[in-house]
Amino acid sequence: MKDFIIPDRDMGTPAVKSDVTVNLIVDGIPVSVPAGTSVMRAAAVAGISVPKLCATDHVSAFGSCRLCVVQIDGMRGLPASCTTPVTEGMVVHTQTDEVAQIRKGVMELYISDHPLDCLTCAANGDCELQDMAGAVGLREVRYEPGANHFARRDAEGPNPEYRPKDQSNPYFTFDPAKCIVCSRCVRACEEVQGTFALTIEGRGFDSRVSAGMASDSFLSSDCVSCGACVQVCPTATLIENSVIQIGTPEHIVKTTCAYCGVGCSFDAHMRGEEVVRMVPSKDGKANHGHSCVKGRFAWGYATHRERQTQPMVRERITDPWRVVTWDEALDFAASRLRQAQADFGRDAIGVITSSRCTNEETYLVQKLARAVFHNNNTDTCARVCHSPTGYGLKTTFGTSAGTHDFDSVDETDLALVIGANPTDGHPVFASRLRKRLREGAGLIVLDPRQIDLLNSPHMGEGLHLPLRPGTNVAVLTAMAHVIVAEKLYDEAFIRERCDWDEFLAYAEFLLDPRHAPEEVEKLSKVPAELIRKAARAYAAAPRASIYYGLGVTEHSQGSTTVMAIANLAMLTGNIGEPGTGVNPLRGQNNVQGSCDMGSFPHEYPGYRHVSDPEARAIYERAWGVELSPEPGLRIPNMFDEALAGRFKGLYCQGEDIVQSDPDTRHVTSALAAMDIVIVQDLFLNETANYAHVFLPGSSFLEKNGTFTNAERRINMVRRAMTPKNGYEDWEVTQLLANRMGAAWSYTHPREIMAEIALTTPSFAGVSYDLLDREGSVQWPCNDKAPLGTPVMHIDGFVRGRGKFVHTEYVATEERTGARFPLLLTTGRILSQYNVGAQTRRTENVVWHPEDILEIHPSDAENRGIREGDWVRVASRSGDTSLRAHITERVAPGVVYTTFHHPTTQANVVTTDNSDWATNCPEFKVTAVQVSPSNGPSEWQEEYRHHSDLARRILPTAAE
Amino acid sequence: MTSPATDADFLLRLDEIIAAHKGREGPLLPILHDVQAEWGHVPEEAQPVLAEALGMTRAEVHGVVSFYHDFRDHPHGRHVLRLCRAEACQSMGAEALAEEVRTALGIDWHETTPDGRLTLEPVFCLGLCACAPSAQMGDRLLGRANLAKVQKLVAEAGA
Repeated sequence: MKDFIIPDRDMGTPAVKSDVTVNLIVDGIPVSVPAGTSVMRAAAVAGISVPKLCATDHVSAFGSCRLCVVQIDGMRGLPASCTTPVTEGMVVHTQTDEVAQIRKGVMELYISDHPLDCLTCAANGDCELQDMAGAVGLREVRYEPGANHFARRDAEGPNPEYRPKDQSNPYFTFDPAKCIVCSRCVRACEEVQGTFALTIEGRGFDSRVSAGMASDSFLSSDCVSCGACVQVCPTATLIENSVIQIGTPEHIVKTTCAYCGVGCSFDAHMRGEEVVRMVPSKDGKANHGHSCVKGRFAWGYATHRERQTQPMVRERITDPWRVVTWDEALDFAASRLRQAQADFGRDAIGVITSSRCTNEETYLVQKLARAVFHNNNTDTCARVCHSPTGYGLKTTFGTSAGTHDFDSVDETDLALVIGANPTDGHPVFASRLRKRLREGAGLIVLDPRQIDLLNSPHMGEGLHLPLRPGTNVAVLTAMAHVIVAEKLYDEAFIRERCDWDEFLAYAEFLLDPRHAPEEVEKLSKVPAELIRKAARAYAAAPRASIYYGLGVTEHSQGSTTVMAIANLAMLTGNIGEPGTGVNPLRGQNNVQGSCDMGSFPHEYPGYRHVSDPEARAIYERAWGVELSPEPGLRIPNMFDEALAGRFKGLYCQGEDIVQSDPDTRHVTSALAAMDIVIVQDLFLNETANYAHVFLPGSSFLEKNGTFTNAERRINMVRRAMTPKNGYEDWEVTQLLANRMGAAWSYTHPREIMAEIALTTPSFAGVSYDLLDREGSVQWPCNDKAPLGTPVMHIDGFVRGRGKFVHTEYVATEERTGARFPLLLTTGRILSQYNVGAQTRRTENVVWHPEDILEIHPSDAENRGIREGDWVRVASRSGDTSLRAHITERVAPGVVYTTFHHPTTQANVVTTDNSDWATNCPEFKVTAVQVSPSNGPSEWQEEYRHHSDLARRILPTAAE
Repeated sequence: MTSPATDADFLLRLDEIIAAHKGREGPLLPILHDVQAEWGHVPEEAQPVLAEALGMTRAEVHGVVSFYHDFRDHPHGRHVLRLCRAEACQSMGAEALAEEVRTALGIDWHETTPDGRLTLEPVFCLGLCACAPSAQMGDRLLGRANLAKVQKLVAEAGA
């Protein structure tokens, strides 16, 4: 029955890779499998299901349940098929009288300590214990009732062995009464997730699954609520609360998670139009059946009561909202946009595309700007995160994207993680990396903060370079200095793939004493010996990979850092092979896609410059309009122009710029200066407080389309329920465009993808038919690579020869001084996502109800700050208040916080400094002062007041 | 009973114990033995500290501690009396002896006398099957045990 609901058949033990094929016969059926495969899996390949309880293909075989015993010719006894590897010529019998009798006996023992309340059990119809009882033909249990773990009480009183349910986790329930102690959950927590939060305590009859220590509950233990244990549990012992409440699902919609850039594939288990649970797909090529708390459980926001499903308009942003028809809202929006252009010129309006929406939706929004507004005023939130990645990797390698797929991590010998916190930001990738670290791969972390990855259980010693925020370029250049000075570079690779003379010039630049670790130690505070050690380890590893995050890009030298990273990889020849590469961990589900789709003001889809006459001709032909060859405004330019009175209208789809962009006051005053701000979102977000038109958006569960993840993988998003607002987001953009005179007539996103493929060389081979067939493909996907490209730059760089760009360290203008002596850096946390609009509206708030300021004990003591105190954080931009947490995870002189909660508004404090090449804001470095405070700051009170006013909605006439 | 974890030097002493064994292969068990020797049991507060030091998690340490009956989660009496309950001893009247001893001492299995002197524990085989039933008091073994011999042993130990 489990297979009825989960179509991915469980093969019993994980797949094995081997060049050697072994032939055997199972129940008379010949079958060939890779050497090292279990008899159980070989039987499954032959289409035969061997009964099992403790085995699942999510984790390695354990051999504890003894249900899977088989008879093998020439072997003594009855071996467990899960732990017995195949051998050439083996003849296996999975069903004999002897085997049947043993299995029945084993099941009798299991059932003697299991309640028989199947009809009212939440796993009814979805229980492997139930299935196995049926499979072995269990008809009676001969044991007398005796000591057991499931009865609350017996004739003599309460049962001392009975333990009540653990309902501390908001998403799932642990019911020890139903546990058969198969250890699947413990093994999944260890092998798949790598958290080791679960154990079996006691032994014999006393064996129990325990989260953490005796005094822990699931919530207080190390559990990160990834759901792996719930997924592998064969009974109702660990089960989703939604299944307890709703019942078993009846159909599945395969789709893609809408949280981070890992892009996990999910099976939405549905009942009618209601999601019962989200289960990670085993055939998902980014996640291979794993998930994190966000994708697995935090989807309740889609039906949250605060979701707005009706269009609204208002004359002024201080007025209350008026609920109107779609017609009225679109007419209002279109006429104001046209009016702004009539009064202030063609360039007075623009769009911001969303990295949360689909490729097709993003494509249409940028098309709206280019083909309907007749300007190139389109930008996207990638401006504030990974725009330096695009610039840096395009300059050095020739492509604005990561070089490898996630599978590559399985083969890496050393991972250099820079400015990223994968266990929180990209948890499923972190689990895969941790697995590799447990297998012995090395780890170097370049981060101001002691990230959790460094404390992964059962890995070797990681190397942590706790650099001072803002000194990435100096430290990376010093590493390159060591590699060149000690001749650790890969000369053959450089001669073949790069320009040798260019290398020599770069080497001369590097060898200058100012780049030596001893000099760099003075600015970065990283001991020179640590820099040398890291450089040597990176250069020595046969296959070394680099994974980096926003701690690289969100700096005044973000683009330079990306190029310094690319240089390291080229110097050591760590490009083009599995296990190597330069891989940005992208923040949002479709930030790669939104960049690919031409969201930037200077680039058409596929990163072709708007001044390129050939590219322009393609779109002029396809769209039937004349296009501007002038790059449009970037987001910060839009704000500056707005404050100068020249930029008057903005259509912002699925992004909350007020909360996510730096220097909040600057953003809000720019928005307040516009005549027409259109916000399309699920919720009245912070930006909507400054909007005149609110167009309700649709969630990822309500639309068709594609997302592109950090490994360039184009994944399908499929509609599981009708949009509550009536339209998928691309339809709303089309309605607005047509209101402004366009004549678009798309009837399905597949038609939009067809237009993208037709006009964009790197997407030429992409179609919904291909994606349905293959599950996903990685661009470039065209005649040369019809099934996509998992690893790039294999035989040569896309740009021809790899380019070494000199990476001179220039200190940020954001410096500490007497007034602002500390450096603030920002990041995020596992349970919350970005501005929190989604996750704050789920039970995830139990893990992170508010933003917290991390501060080193010595800095706290100097200021008289105690654990949990309210503190004021002030920079030259503004100030906010939040609670302090005292920890040695941050170095003295550095403080850290997250930006998930609008009541904190961490970005009130951040400044308008930005990357020299791309204007990516310097979120990661702000000079601040921290002092004790009594509560929220004046700005927070003011903002709350405006926010309360701006969110008023007039009762509709009908009510 | 207050936990030893509230003692000022608890962490210091724990660090010393960890340092003494950390380089060994499989350091957890020798560390746990020393911890129990130091505080008479393995305080739960020690488990996260050990986990952190050994690159494990507290769940794993708890799994190990709870697996071995001889690691205790609370202090026992000053002396421990073990009575064997395995097959050979059972066939020689161990159950009846246990009943007598429990009545005489006024405590049940795993319990400690109110004066904190003696804890009674079952044990499964002391390797003295040839002279069953058997018992153990501290390091001293007792063959062909009966109530009088056990009481004498208890008295001699000053428990």
